[in-house]
Formats: sequence, structure tokens, C-alpha cells
Amino acid sequence: MIYAVVDAQTLADAVGLGAVYALMAVGIGLVFGVLRLVNFAYGQLIMAGAYTLAFTSHWRVGWSIAACVVVVVALSLVMDRVVFRPLRGSSPAVMLVATFAIAFMLQAIALLVDIRDNTIGEIATSIAPLNQPTTVHGVEVRKITIVAVIVAAVALALLALLLTRTTIGLHMRAAATDFGTARLLGVQANRVIGFAVVLSGILAAIVSVILTVQFPFVGPDFALRDTIVVLVGVVVGGIDRLWTATLGGFSIGFATGVINGALPTEQTVFLPSAVFALVILVLLLRPAGLFAWGRGPVERV
Amino acid sequence: MRRYLDPLVQVLAPAVLVVAVGIWSTLVSSSNEIYFLNALVSVAIVVAIYVFIGNSGVLSFGQISFVAVGAFVAGIMTIPLESKTGVLPQLFPVLRDHTVGNLVSLLLAAGAGGLFAFAVGLPLMRLSGLAAGIATFAVLEVTHNILREWTKIGPGATTLSLVPETTDALQATLGALVVIGLAFLYQRSRLGRRLRASREDPAAARGVGVNVHRERLWAFTASGALAGFAGGLLVHLLGSITTEQVYLELTFVTLAMLVIGGLTSLWGAVVGALVVSGLDSFLTEAEQGVHVGFSIDLPQGTRLIFLGAIMAVVVIVRPSGLTGGREFRLVR
Repeated sequence: MIYAVVDAQTLADAVGLGAVYALMAVGIGLVFGVLRLVNFAYGQLIMAGAYTLAFTSHWRVGWSIAACVVVVVALSLVMDRVVFRPLRGSSPAVMLVATFAIAFMLQAIALLVDIRDNTIGEIATSIAPLNQPTTVHGVEVRKITIVAVIVAAVALALLALLLTRTTIGLHMRAAATDFGTARLLGVQANRVIGFAVVLSGILAAIVSVILTVQFPFVGPDFALRDTIVVLVGVVVGGIDRLWTATLGGFSIGFATGVINGALPTEQTVFLPSAVFALVILVLLLRPAGLFAWGRGPVERV
Repeated sequence: MRRYLDPLVQVLAPAVLVVAVGIWSTLVSSSNEIYFLNALVSVAIVVAIYVFIGNSGVLSFGQISFVAVGAFVAGIMTIPLESKTGVLPQLFPVLRDHTVGNLVSLLLAAGAGGLFAFAVGLPLMRLSGLAAGIATFAVLEVTHNILREWTKIGPGATTLSLVPETTDALQATLGALVVIGLAFLYQRSRLGRRLRASREDPAAARGVGVNVHRERLWAFTASGALAGFAGGLLVHLLGSITTEQVYLELTFVTLAMLVIGGLTSLWGAVVGALVVSGLDSFLTEAEQGVHVGFSIDLPQGTRLIFLGAIMAVVVIVRPSGLTGGREFRLVR
């Protein structure tokens, strides 16, 4: 018998995790929209940001975070220029393997940094005070959870405004719908893609700040598992549209949070099986995505 | 003449390559032999994956589940009886009280892999694109989770050891040859051609009466059986195995091998597996310092960086793989 206790505490943590995963989902979804590329190396961008935070721990917090943003955005621009651009229009398998290779390489570089310093990871401490709990209506909530939820909400709202109210946003949406036609109508491919990559890099930087506060111990596989889970969530939610992808990311984060918080450890050994069996079931019933209503276009000859 | 010569050349080229690696492995020192045998087992695994992904054009991250199942079946069924009850007391009696020979264990591994793939593929083969990729990845997660936690069917999170190390140069070579031969027969057969047609254009293939779901299911099952067999070779090579060794990293590495060689040809699968294995072995040695005309001594930990960088460069410069995804031909 499985006893589950879902209290306000668990729910608060689950919403926090869902918010972080939603941000990652947007970062992955933005690039997928314009490039049709599933960026497996997204987690390594977050990892690079976390290392930056760890190495700048003795700086003032603002500078440390600024350095993190600069490093992550620069890295994602380099990745776009060196890897994504030559591969535009390649098959999804090829692009995915290219991002595997990049992820692999970045992880190896991080490992080398650890070997040089003779440590098995770095500790980021400068923003750790945010990890302290505070009490809201009798529920212990870590400050970072509140920050994460607010930051996610603000970032998503800004993004929604950007996409719906600005010219570049319109271009991005047009490119995501049909890149070929959008280019014919005067949308500049490199500009739109570059913009999507920068936005996705900024989101990765935000995520690395939030995750580093919660898990200050930074290693080469930092955020790797999270990225895999988010990728699953994004496809289950529906990768073709940004908002279904975001909802998918949030849902899988929320579900993970609730399940981890509510079940005692000895009852969760087969939990991954149950979760992934559910993923398979959802994909079989709704291959285009759980939240994607209506049928996708079927190509006819 | 070309009609018989071309297919013969197509299957002989990878076979000759594999035999050459097999012979080479007997000429080097015993400490280096393991690199060559590893490469041959990688060929078997990558060709098994190719049978599904290459012929169907559907991405799967789940084929290593069948390697895992094959490895654990072959491993558990060959541990000598007198030690098995001691190290794995919780096994189901049927697994605990029987031990089979090497060849039978490989066939059992192939059977288990094939059956499992058929059961999984029955619902899953309706999917394509990213949904198929994620669903097959979910299969890998479920398989890994169950193998890791259920101690009635295996060692759980501990290492499965005491497996007889029977995969020598001869067996590794023959094993790889068997997988290559069957993969070739499949892709030349009516089934394989129907599936390849659906890869090029699903709608047109449906139009001429190809049941895409059924063809994919056949390929998935065949791929699962070959992968199980390759898993048997792997466990008999290593002598001990954990669930982590047949999980994410192996999935990524074998998929990278396939893409680097060329996704859509048998020749590409073999070349990719051998090139990446060779490169990896060379870099491992280079970290200790090797002498090839001039001496190379890489700093510790740089192997993975080089490997990742070279894989990325190959994929970017030649997106269709080293072989261009074509079979081997004498005259271009």
C-alpha cells in the first residue's frame, strides 16, 4: 500500500520545480521553434553558468550573476555559430547527435577543470542565503522557491509580450510556423535564429542561478538529469507550440516534485518505471502532445 | 554480372574489415587485445541498432534496452551453478537452478531481446518522429529501472560477476559477422525493401500497399534480437556487468557511431563503430603516452574532449556520415 501525503509544503516545492522546468522548456522550445533542433546540450549551458557562479563566488552577487549571464549567452551564441548554423536543415537525428557531441565535450571540459583543481565539483556560495526557509501562513518555503516562481512568471510574461507585441516576436512566430514561407516574406533567418538563441541563453542563465542556489554543489553532470526530464516533458506536452512545451515542462516538474515529496523513499524504487510507462501511454494516445488540441497537418501526396 | 557482384561486394567489404580487425587483435599484446574485441562487439551492437533506425528512418533511443536484456540473460544463465546460488540467492528458481552453455546463452539472449522488442514495438511502432524517440527512451528508462531494482531477475544494483569470459577473438569476429550477415539479408529481403521505401516516403509507400506499422515492427523485432545477441557477446567479453554499463552512455556512444559512419547503410554502421572505437582506444593510450613516429602524450582527462570534438566535427562537416550513408562500391 502506498501512502501519499501531499501537504502545502510539498506543493510549494513542486510548484518551484515546475517553474524552473517551465523556464528550461521555454529555452528548449524557442530554439526548436526556429531551428527544428532539439538541443541536448542545453543542460551543459546551465552547467557552464553554474561553474561561472561557483568560480565567482567571492565577487559581489550582482557581478557574479552578470558574469553567469554573459558566459551562458556567449556560449550559446558560439554553439549556434559553430554547430547549429552548418547543420540547418539536416535530419533531426544528425542535429541531435551533434548536440550530444557538444554536450559530451562541455562535460569533459568541466571534468578537466575538476581534475586540475583536484576536486569532484565546485561549491557556489555567494547566493546561498536565498536557500534559507521563510514561513508563509505556517508553511516553510525556501526563499529561492518564491524567487523561482516569481522570476519564472515574470520571464514568461515578458516573453509572451515580446512574442505577441513586437516585430521580432512576430517574425519568430512566423519562422516557427513555416520557416521557408517566412523567409520569402522578408524575415531574416539569422536575425530571428540569433534572437531565439540569445533568449534561450538568458533563460539558461536564469535557471543556472536558481538551481545553483538550491544545489550549490556543482559538478560536470549538473542539470543533466533535469534536462533529460524536461526534454521528455516538452515532447509529452507538445513541442510544436511554445506554450504546450512550457506546460509540459511545468507539469513534469510539478509531478516530479509532488511524487518525490509525498512518497517515502522505499516506495519509490519502481516509480521511474511507472512515470515513464505513463509517458509512453500519453504519447500513444496523443502523439502530437498532451496539450496539443486538434490534429497536426498530415502530409498528402 | 554486376547484378550479383554488387551485393556480394556490399556484404564482403564490412565482413573483410571485421575479419581484419579480428586477425589484428591476435597479433597485438594481450593488454591491447581488449580494445579490438570491444570494437568488434561495438560493431555487433551498432549494426543491430542500424537494422531498425537505418532501415526505418525512425529514431530510437531504446535499442540498448535489448542489449541490456540480452547481456543479463546471457550472463545469468552462464554463471556456474555452484556459485550462482551463493551470489544471486533471490533469483527465480528457474533462473537460479539452470545453467547453459555459451552458445545456448547467446541464442537465449537473442530470443529474449527479440521477444521484448516485439512486445514493446507492438504499440510503439505507431509513433514516428520525436514522439517515437521519447517513447523509446522511456522504454530504456523502464528497462534500466526494473533491471536495477528487481532482484528476482538479476543482480539489481550490484555487479553481475563470475560470468565466463568466452568472447575471444574468434567469437567476437564470428559474432559480428553473424550480425552483419543477418542485417544484410534483412535489408535485401522483401521486408527490408518495403521498410526502406517507407523511410524515403511514408505516404507513397502506403500508397503502394506497404503496411508501415507491420514493417517497422518486423525491423524492431529483428533489431531487438540482434541487439540481445550483441549484449550476450558483451557480457561474455567483460565477465562482469552493471546496469549502468548498458544505459545512457552506451546509447549515446552507439548512436554517435551510427551517425558518424552514416545512418542509412550497413557499411556506415560498421565503419562508424570501428572508427569511433579505434579513436577512443587510441586516445586512451595517448593519455598514457604513445609513440607513432613522434610521441604523443595527452594530459589526463583530455580524451573525452577530443572524442566529443572529433564527433562534432565529423557530424558538422559530413552530416550524412563518413560513408555518405551509401553501401560500399568498387567503382563510384
